[in-house]
Amino acid sequence: MPGEAQLLQGTLDLLILKAVSLGRLHGYGILLRIGQISGQALLVEQGALYPALFRLLRQGLLKASWGTSENNRRAKFYELTATGRSRLRQETDGWNRLATAIASVLAAQPGEA
Amino acid sequence: MNVLDRLRSLLARLLAPARPDADLDEELRSHVQLRADDLERSGLDRREAERRARIEFGGHLKFKEESRSAIGGTFWEALGQDLRFAARMLRKSRSFTAVAVVTLALTIGANTVVFATLNALILRPLNVPRPESLYSIHRINDKSGNVSYPDYIDLRDRNHSFEDLVGFKIAQAGLYTGDEPQRAWILSVTGNYFDALGIQPHLGRMLHASDEHGPNSAPYIVLSYAFWHARFHDDPGVVGRVVQVNKHPYTIVGVAPRGFNGTLLFFGPDFFAPIVQQEQLEGANDLDARGLRGSIFQSLGHLKPGVTPQQAAEDINAISVDLQRTYPREHEHLPVALWRPSLYGEFLGGPMRAFLTALMLLAALILLAACANLGSLFAARAADRSRELALRLALGAGRGRLLRQLFTEAVLVSLIGGAAGVVGSLVLLRGLSVWQPFPRFPLSVPLTPDASVYAVALLLTLASGLIFGAVPVRQVLRTDPYGVIKAGLLRGEARRVSVRDVLLVAQIAICALLVTSSIVAVRGLSRSLHGDFGFDPRGAILAEMHLEMAGYRGDAVPAMQRRMVDAMESIPGVSAVGIIDWVPLTTGDYNGTFVFKDDAVDLKRANSVDKPALFRVSPGYVSAAGITVLAGRDLSWHDDEHAPSVSLVNQAFAKKVFGSETAALGRFFKQRDGTRTQVVGVVRDGRYQSLTEEQLTAIYRPLPQSQSSELSLVVRTSGDPEALAGAIRARLRGLDPGLPTFIQSWSRAMELVMFPSRVAAVALGLLGAMAALLSITGIFGLAAYSVSRRLKELGIRIALGAERHEVLQATLARPLALLAYGSVAGLLLGILASRVLAVIVYQATPRDPQVLAGVVLVMLLLGLVATWIPARRALAADPLVLLREE
Repeated sequence: MPGEAQLLQGTLDLLILKAVSLGRLHGYGILLRIGQISGQALLVEQGALYPALFRLLRQGLLKASWGTSENNRRAKFYELTATGRSRLRQETDGWNRLATAIASVLAAQPGEA
Repeated sequence: MNVLDRLRSLLARLLAPARPDADLDEELRSHVQLRADDLERSGLDRREAERRARIEFGGHLKFKEESRSAIGGTFWEALGQDLRFAARMLRKSRSFTAVAVVTLALTIGANTVVFATLNALILRPLNVPRPESLYSIHRINDKSGNVSYPDYIDLRDRNHSFEDLVGFKIAQAGLYTGDEPQRAWILSVTGNYFDALGIQPHLGRMLHASDEHGPNSAPYIVLSYAFWHARFHDDPGVVGRVVQVNKHPYTIVGVAPRGFNGTLLFFGPDFFAPIVQQEQLEGANDLDARGLRGSIFQSLGHLKPGVTPQQAAEDINAISVDLQRTYPREHEHLPVALWRPSLYGEFLGGPMRAFLTALMLLAALILLAACANLGSLFAARAADRSRELALRLALGAGRGRLLRQLFTEAVLVSLIGGAAGVVGSLVLLRGLSVWQPFPRFPLSVPLTPDASVYAVALLLTLASGLIFGAVPVRQVLRTDPYGVIKAGLLRGEARRVSVRDVLLVAQIAICALLVTSSIVAVRGLSRSLHGDFGFDPRGAILAEMHLEMAGYRGDAVPAMQRRMVDAMESIPGVSAVGIIDWVPLTTGDYNGTFVFKDDAVDLKRANSVDKPALFRVSPGYVSAAGITVLAGRDLSWHDDEHAPSVSLVNQAFAKKVFGSETAALGRFFKQRDGTRTQVVGVVRDGRYQSLTEEQLTAIYRPLPQSQSSELSLVVRTSGDPEALAGAIRARLRGLDPGLPTFIQSWSRAMELVMFPSRVAAVALGLLGAMAALLSITGIFGLAAYSVSRRLKELGIRIALGAERHEVLQATLARPLALLAYGSVAGLLLGILASRVLAVIVYQATPRDPQVLAGVVLVMLLLGLVATWIPARRALAADPLVLLREE
């Protein structure tokens, strides 16, 4: 698919945390939200989402509860825990540092170094 | 926090294992619904939308699996799932489960029994305080531990290695407590015995060195716990009671603690008595005879701290050398070693350890063979399920998960089998512990299993599950899901002769060998029950007694014998009565005596003409025993100590000494003391010591001319001998209420002689059954495997019109050929082995059509049973069903 970026290993967790940090979401909603905010550039494989979600649940970064979706379907909703929130901050900082570093490496011109 | 979370998740899963799975399912379903809603909104109809949503979602199973392992704590959940699935699979294939469970139950049970025996007899230390430093002294050359009492005293007082040295001896005496006189087994112990071993009484007190003040100075006894329980019904009032031992008053001073039966493992005495009472207990005193080994049966003690058994043995040897110097005529120095006392040193300990270790190895081998067979059976099932397995692989189940599933099934089967086996072995062990194969000897073998037995059983169970579960592993790992689903066949190279084939033929051969041997043994046994012994044990009842135990000496003995015979003859229904000193084919040993030609002058051993068995009998014995007098007359009451010395002889003696039966009558031979003895009658030959002996020569001498106080009354009746026991007991009590007698029918008394052949027949039968079971599982496994692999081919062949016999030939030819090879080899081996068996079992011969027919029948039956299920499956191969499965 054109314009679709490959997900880096380990970035899925970060994306999920970010998506959920913007509001309580169910699994499908998380997929939509990631697609929406990335301008459909990042598409998470549907089934791959759940193992990641459970991993985060187990780590205590997310909590889940059953509720009703906007179109009246029963669904399980996820939200950030306090630990999740601070983890998201850490990961975001880490990501930004990494992105800046990589960007400056890639931007280097011959003779500059 | 994290750990707590994890714990909580694990706990929640354990408490409600089914819930999260349902939860997960519902969540995934809701996801698909939500996606479908979106798709519907974009213009698709509902059905198409749902279909698309499902396809997009992809490998449901795989994600579920991954999600599940992401949830954590899934080990238990997976195990529960595996177990439920395994139980379902096992229920589905009942025949496999039944075969596996029965095989494992028997083999694991056998291993448990053997290990429990090994544990009880060899591994477990003696039930006394500080067993690790307890050693007994044995001569190296004959492994015996007996010494004379004076030697024991010297060793005890002069050694520097033992804390204290104790000794004991086994004896029998008549015990009379006021009701029924009985013969009791005694452990005659030195005074320091209990104190040196640290044995505390259950009641009263034990014996002490301070009780002894020379011969017959300590008329005290201590009851064993078991005897106190059985005979005195746990009455604490027995302490202080006076009882009669060989008609001498003895005081019961205490009861030994529960579980203490002396220091010999096999022997359970009724009571303990001081060895200084020997004269009263055994009728003679040899405590002062230095030259007579055997006053002390075994001497033992705790080594001092820091002393090794080697140092102690050197110490004892030095004393022994010195004793030889001092008493050159009485004491011969023979080097000694220190061994464990419980099995009489290496005398029994060595062979017992070797025997049990060999048995353990054999049992383990049987288990291993069973595992190999079940393994191939299991592999056949895995082949049957290759499509299921391949499908699961294709759907994303991990190979690890599949293997875990297979292992769960294997271990579940082995646990069920192992549990059944352990329960069975407990019953058997309990039976063996109280088993008294020798009615006159108090065998005491406590085979009670302890924790280590259960641990070993569990270990063997798990190990066998893992071993036979491991057989199909390679097959599963090699499984190529697409290949299997496409072709429906496992690619397997069919080697011409595989290790498995050789193993199977060996198993079948051993099975046939054991079946042959056990049939030979059983045939021999049944022949010996109705055999010709030269006398007729049926219809005769024996009353065994020791007149010494009731205080009869000298002239009182023959008078009492005559009175007893008269009393027996007055019982209605009795046709003949006699007395003999030792009843042929019962416990014990016959007496041999040297006889010489009438003209012999120098009566030394080398000049003797024969050493026949000597029986001392009363007149009437030959008719009471049912022995035919071939020539001459029976003995009479007139042949007493004042009359000329006479004898009856058997045919073999007549032939050997006088040339023929007719020539013997009226002739004379000389006894060791020079008495000329006339042959007044010739009687039929018989069996005396064992059923398999060479024909022995025998002479029968009148009791008055050759006294014995040990004797048995032989009472013959035309009716039921057992019914006569009460009347005999009543008459004897009328004559002397204090005389211990043991009454049983001759046939029962002969069971001891039958014991080796019985044990051989039972042991061979058990081993044969075990081997048959192995062969069945082996053939079943092979046949099932070959049918499974070729099921589709068979279906097609049937569809193309193949005959039933062709189908069977295609699948069963190989297993049946192996069966035939194995059976023939085993039968030949069995015929060879029967020569060995003939030493133990009466008239064991394979040259018996019934044996051959029996073996062939058993092996055929075995093949039929083993191939029944696979054959039916092969014939039922329905091409339509098979093709539809594609």
